[in-house]
Formats: sequence, structure tokens, C-alpha cells
Amino acid sequence: MPANTTAANASSAEHLLALYRTMARIRAFENAAEETSRGGVAAFGAATNATALVRGPLHLSTGQEAVAAGVCANLARSDYLTSTHRGHGHTLAKGADTTAMMCELFGRASGTNKGKGGSMHIADFAVGMLGANGVVAAGIPIAVGAAHSAKIRGTSAIVTCFFGDGAINRGPFLEGLNWAKIFELPLLFVCEDNRYSATTATDVMTAGEGAAARARGIGLAAETVDGNDVLAVDTAARELVARVRAGGGPQFLHALTYRVKGHVSVDAAAYRAKGEVESALENDPLKLAALRLAALGVAAGRIAEADAAAQTEIEAALAAARAAPVPEPAEAYADIQDTGAGLWR
Amino acid sequence: MALMSYAQAACQALAAAMRADANVIALGEDVGHGGIFGQYRGLREEFGAARVIDTPISEATIMGAAVGMALTGLRPVVEMRVVDFALCAIDEIVNQAAKNRYMFGGQGRVPLVARMPIGIWSGSAAQHSQSLEAWFAHIPGLVVVAPATPADNYGLLAAAIDCGDPVIYMEHKELWGLEGEVPPQHTVALGQAHTARDGTDLTLVTWSGMVHTALAAAEQAVQQGVSVEVIDLRTIWPWDRELVFASVARTGRLLVAHEAVQAAGFGAEVAATVAEELGVPVRRFGAARIPVGYARSLEDVARISAQELLRELMLFANSDSRGRSMA
Repeated sequence: MPANTTAANASSAEHLLALYRTMARIRAFENAAEETSRGGVAAFGAATNATALVRGPLHLSTGQEAVAAGVCANLARSDYLTSTHRGHGHTLAKGADTTAMMCELFGRASGTNKGKGGSMHIADFAVGMLGANGVVAAGIPIAVGAAHSAKIRGTSAIVTCFFGDGAINRGPFLEGLNWAKIFELPLLFVCEDNRYSATTATDVMTAGEGAAARARGIGLAAETVDGNDVLAVDTAARELVARVRAGGGPQFLHALTYRVKGHVSVDAAAYRAKGEVESALENDPLKLAALRLAALGVAAGRIAEADAAAQTEIEAALAAARAAPVPEPAEAYADIQDTGAGLWR
Repeated sequence: MALMSYAQAACQALAAAMRADANVIALGEDVGHGGIFGQYRGLREEFGAARVIDTPISEATIMGAAVGMALTGLRPVVEMRVVDFALCAIDEIVNQAAKNRYMFGGQGRVPLVARMPIGIWSGSAAQHSQSLEAWFAHIPGLVVVAPATPADNYGLLAAAIDCGDPVIYMEHKELWGLEGEVPPQHTVALGQAHTARDGTDLTLVTWSGMVHTALAAAEQAVQQGVSVEVIDLRTIWPWDRELVFASVARTGRLLVAHEAVQAAGFGAEVAATVAEELGVPVRRFGAARIPVGYARSLEDVARISAQELLRELMLFANSDSRGRSMA
């Protein structure tokens, strides 16, 4: 084998291993969150348990990690990102600290949001992550505004807007894509298509040809990619991000993936066809990446090392979150508004 | 001092803010063409289309984009045209702009001004005539402002643009042409009410277009032997309790009047607070809980006239210490 081919292989192996590490960290984070959330919310017939450390709805992106890892690998810290209620992966991949994130899920004062947002509103402005959002499609107009602002202020930052397949049936999807196009904003739209709108299959609720076709109808170039193949996502995102940075206006990536868990952690998702999950697990993004790493000659030990490192990191985050103080009750009155602060009734 | 209309006053306040700070921008439907009430006239010519941004008819994205702009360093002034249309952006106002700072733990600020004119206006019927200030006063995180004069529209808009909180700015559509003197570089502090007329027998608290109705009614009340103190609240939230309490402590009774529907209107909040704090007779007078009809005969039923307000004032002034009619 010529030396340059070997070097190229080694380089792409290291790149893929880095993407694998990000996915493994997201997987470990969400597995731990799920474990500590048992009894944390009353829904789908589940009873609450007052001792649950993670309260409220916990939306897991298990099985979708390749989208977050592949897209965010192409973003700078100074770039902006908006996310959805299923936003742990995007937040982590954008560079947020897993201890601060876990503290937030635990409702601790040391959380990214000082314990005021939890899983559904997780945000880390310091890494450009402008917030997960409890309202479907609500991140789209905010991303549009951040991109319009970047253009007006003449900064080099671009904006990435993650949303799900359910969001394409809300008005802000149409409004936001149209706005981004007429003003040619530096914005990458990423439709993370996990096939479900809460507990309903999105395809039975969606007329026409879906997300990419709708984007094309508004004049955006749209690319569809296997969202479980982290290299495919990374390659597509790299090209689209380059176009956005070059002033090519908004771009659209439709990443096809699968939501392995239910809508929220306590949703057993019995509405899915028999065998659907099992066959989806064959395409698990971590499994696919591990196979490809092996084919590139990466030793199994290095993959196991990446898994172990992710596990160790998240166990430390869990320990820190358990030990962290909860917010003082007085904090309930902080950071609401300056004008009229103190006038609470 | 310069004589200008209520619309010109706002336009000049915005122009001054845009000259002083390159991060102040305006966006909304038709603002580049001066706005449908002329309240943006000349701004695109001076500041360019990049800062006076004509937008699609996409209220949710106008407001949501303003949130994204505010989070990333701009100070957007948003035009919703009429408050009725702002209802298409209620998620962006209530769940996004108002909640952002708190739910993300103080990481960001949303310094935006959302202009959404209120009020009954020239045969515009049920979807262009509402006064919904109470909706927004109910939402933690928001400041709510309702100017009644050209000077206040200049001074309060300047203060709202300067404010770091999201401000719901409610001009009244029947006041655009109202002329008045405006001092140079005028500002009015948010949260400060104004005594529009001194009186001794009864305090009448109101705001927006109803201030002018109240002054007319108070003028007539004098001729019937009742001296009415008229307070223009100016800022609905946070409202100026000190000025209202001090006035009512002197006059001994409070009437709150507003153009909005009386039921669950902001007058109920003011009246209840005064009753709790001072134990004096209080009364509300707002519109009937009916939509605004198109025909003048129907519109007039939804509108509070100076004559009706005068009747209410006199009934209240002539009631006993518990506010019951002595007739």
C-alpha cells in the first residue's frame, strides 16, 4: 500500500474515532439520565417516585447520535445553534460540559441553566448553544433571527438549526425557511427525522414528499442523508457548512434516523410495529461506526477505550451532580426582568 | 420643544435611538415604506434597508427572529401592526421572549420592543380593534407600556428601546394624529405614572386613549361639583402603585377606567390592590364583554364615551362610604 494511502486511512480513522467518541459520550450521558429519571414523571401510565433525581419529561435521542456528532463536528464554538426538546446530543456535541449538563438535569444550582430549565430547556450560550425548546419548531424563528443578526453585524458566525420531522407541519417551518431564503442568511437547517411526532408516525400526518421537498419548494437546496451513518452526515454537513460560510445562503440537510426510545423516557412506545426497533438497532450509529473503524484497521481495544472513557466521564458527571447543591428558593425570583423586579404580585 | 404628532414623536424617538446605537434596528411588515400609520416614515431613507427591515407577513418569525437578534447583540424594535396580529406570535412573545432569560438561567437577555397598537379605530371591527394589555401584564418577564400623548410616546419609546427587558409597547390607533409639544431628548422612566389633572374628590386611573376621555369627563364633573384627579398610568406593568396610593389616600375613592373589556381587565388588578392596601371604595369601568362591531351603532356600544364615564363618576362620587349608591 502506498504511503499516502496509509496516511489517508490513518487520518480518516482518527477522524471517525473522534466522531465515535462524541456519539459514545452522548449515548452514555442519555443512558445515565434515563436510569436516574425512573419515576421522574407521571405520563404514559407511569407513577412518580419522589426520589427520582431527574424530574419531568426526558426526551432521549438514543439512536440519533450520528446527526448531532456529524453536524457539530463542522461548527466552531463561535457559531450558534438552536435545538429541540430532544437536545442533549446537540448540546454536548457543540461543546457543553457534561457535568454542567448533568447538574442541570438534576436541577442543581451548578447546572448550565442554574436548575431553571432542566432537560427540555438545556442551553449553553458560552458554546453558542442558544437553547433547547419545549415548543416544536420554536427554535426555527430564533435561529433565523440569530443568522439575520450575524449578517447585520457582519460577523463570521453561522447558525445551525436542528428540528424534528414533526416540526415541518408547523407554521414557523414555512415562515422561517422563506425568511432565511429571501434574506440569504448564513443558516444550516437540519431536519433530524426520527420518524415520530410524539407517539404518531410522522408520515401518516404529512402530505406530499416531506421535509426536503418542502425545502426545495421554498428554493433551498436540500440534501438527504443516512442520519445513522456519522461519516455521511459529517461529509454532507461539511459541504453545506462550507456553502453557508461562503455566503451561499441557507442550506438544508434532511437526516434520516430512528428514535429508538419512546417520545419520553417513560413511553414504552408500544404503538410501533413488531420488530421495528430490532431492525433499527441493526443500523445503530455506534455499531455502524465501530464496524467501519474495524475495517479501517483500528484495534478493537481503541473502540473499547472510547466507550470506557465516555462511561468514566459520565460517572464523574453523575457523582458531581448528586453532590451539587440545589438552587436557593430566592433564586426563583432572579433573572426574570430588571424593570419592576421586586414587584411580584 | 417641538410640536409633533403622536406618530411623528415615535418616529423621531426611534430615529434618535438608531443614530445613537448601530445595534438598534426595526423590523416588521411595511416598515420600510413608513409603516401603515406613518410611524416609520423616512427611517429606511436614513438608515437603509438592512436596519429598517421589511418582512414577510410572518408574525411568528418576525417576533421569533427578534428574539434571536436580541440574544446575539441587536436591539430590535418589532412592528406587529395591531395587537390582534400579535396573537399570531403569542408563542414567541410568551414562551420565548418572556421566558428566555429565566429558563436558561440568566445566560441571555432579550432587549426588544414589540409595538402592537391597541384600540377601537375607524370602523375596523372585531379583529383590528382590541385592547389586550391585560394579557401581557399577566406574563412574568414582560414590561407593558401604553402612551397617551406625543411627549410620552417619544419619551417612553426611548426608554423602552433602552430597556434590557422585552417591552410590549402599545400605542393607540386613534392617537396617531394627536399633536403636542415634545421636549428635546425627552425620556420618561418606565413604571412612572403621571397626574394628568389634579382633583380632590375621587381618583380616576386610566391609560392610553381613555386618558383623553377621562380628562373630558373630569372637566364636566367639575361643573357638577365633583373634583376628579386623573392619573395616566403610562406603564401597565410595573404599574406605579406609589402615585396611585398617594392620590387615593387623599381622595378616598378610586375608579379605574379602560377601553379594554372590563371582565379580567387590568382595572380589576389596580382596583383590587388599592382596596386591599387602603380599604377604600373602588370601582371599575371598562367595555362590555362583546366584540367590537363594524357598524357605528355597534362600535359605539363597545366604546366608552365621556358621557358614560361622567355618569359613572357621578354615581360613584355620590355613593356612600362603601361605594353603594345613595340615590
